[in-house]
Amino acid sequence: MCLGVPGRVLEIDGLTARVEFFGIEREVRLDIVDEPVAEGDYVLNHVGFAIRRIPEEEVAETLALYDQILAELDREDLMAQDVRSEMGLAGQRSEGEASDG
Amino acid sequence: MAEPAEALAPQRSPLEFRDPERGRALIDAIARWTEDRVDDPVSIMHVCGSHEQAIARFGLRSVLPPGLRVITGPGCPVCVTDAPEIDEAVALAGSGVRILTYGDMLRVPGSYGSLDDARGEGARVEVVYSISKAVERAAERPDEEVVFFATGFETTAVATAAVLLRDLPANFSVLSAHKYIPPVMEIVAEMPETRVEGFLAAGHAASITGWGVFEPFVRRHAVPVTVGGFEPLDLLAGLARLTERIRRDEPVVDNCFPRMVTREGNRRAQEQLWAVFEPAGGVWRGIARVPNGNLRLRDEFARYDARLRFAAEIDGGRVSSSVGRQADECRCGDIMAGISTPRDCRLYGSPCTPATPIGACMVSAEGTCRIWTEYGEHPVLERAAR
Repeated sequence: MCLGVPGRVLEIDGLTARVEFFGIEREVRLDIVDEPVAEGDYVLNHVGFAIRRIPEEEVAETLALYDQILAELDREDLMAQDVRSEMGLAGQRSEGEASDG
Repeated sequence: MAEPAEALAPQRSPLEFRDPERGRALIDAIARWTEDRVDDPVSIMHVCGSHEQAIARFGLRSVLPPGLRVITGPGCPVCVTDAPEIDEAVALAGSGVRILTYGDMLRVPGSYGSLDDARGEGARVEVVYSISKAVERAAERPDEEVVFFATGFETTAVATAAVLLRDLPANFSVLSAHKYIPPVMEIVAEMPETRVEGFLAAGHAASITGWGVFEPFVRRHAVPVTVGGFEPLDLLAGLARLTERIRRDEPVVDNCFPRMVTREGNRRAQEQLWAVFEPAGGVWRGIARVPNGNLRLRDEFARYDARLRFAAEIDGGRVSSSVGRQADECRCGDIMAGISTPRDCRLYGSPCTPATPIGACMVSAEGTCRIWTEYGEHPVLERAAR
């Protein structure tokens, strides 16, 4: 819940965007993002809401951490788990009804 | 050494801030600023579960100079949710209302059990990754009451606020246990046992509040605050800046995460946050009653306030629920106040483990006990050099 996840905006429909997170597509709300967002922009997301449009020159640095975390899928990794659950990928360890996006 | 990240993303150039030489230079700088404090280490507190994850994952404690101690603060949103707040959700679930919440909340023990226990007894409890999904669930089931148990700090509270400002199904309401980080820093800064000399503030939360929110705090307590990111070098840069400020006795706010955080923060999110919520005093589990530390729905949103809509169910359900779980020895509160580490807890490791958690700090992926168990207390050195 503390670590947001960056994703690329594919399509915008009003206050809803389709955003791609490392190969996964999700709906994201644009109600509270700090700046106007266009298709192709990267946004930082928390619990299904974009909270910041990531300036273009900062995108590569921002993605690097996540690339590294998600590259290590073979390990039981809490950060990867958090990132996956932010992406709505049933990162939860419970047997709860996983949200399917 | 092969870099898996680069292998996946060959188009990205090696980044300056991942440079091991720069990492070493930052560690050397920290060593210089703290060289005369080896016997009485400089004490810096972070207030973010993701910071603790990154520190443990990348093994930063094992490369930090002996004159610096990084202690954990109340940065795990699940952990600071108070038992009576869990009890309210458990009582509601027991009364037949459908409860939706974020994943980590399920197994956190209240006074009489967890939401997971309630589900085991037949209650309808579901995990969602976004409050938006909870609203969709309510719309799909107009004939039943759906309550979102809303937990977390400003990063999740803004999402709750945004949802409450839209047209909502009449059968949807929110049980808010949201908490706001800046006020708890005031409490922790004054705890004599903790003796924090500098705070590392959480980068993503600060992207909403802006780093300016810490300026009055710094003036009141004469303690420096630095906003830091989650990369190993972001963290080291934040710690180096703090040790320098502490050594020079310069209590100011620094922003070591400028790619995400500005001084004013996200105004649009702040406007919605404060349109929906007002600060109220509340208990942070194991720590203290924190003036203005909770976020309560404003009167204008009373019709969506599950605490009002289901006052009778919450009151009546509290004592009827399942078996109690004794956690008197749990040191979660002291750990979140920076007074203890998991090692100081008699329960840590046995019987309290991720599979059989006793305290909230072992339940949540952002809890210090869970993080230390997963990554070990002396994580691999080579990770930090990346």
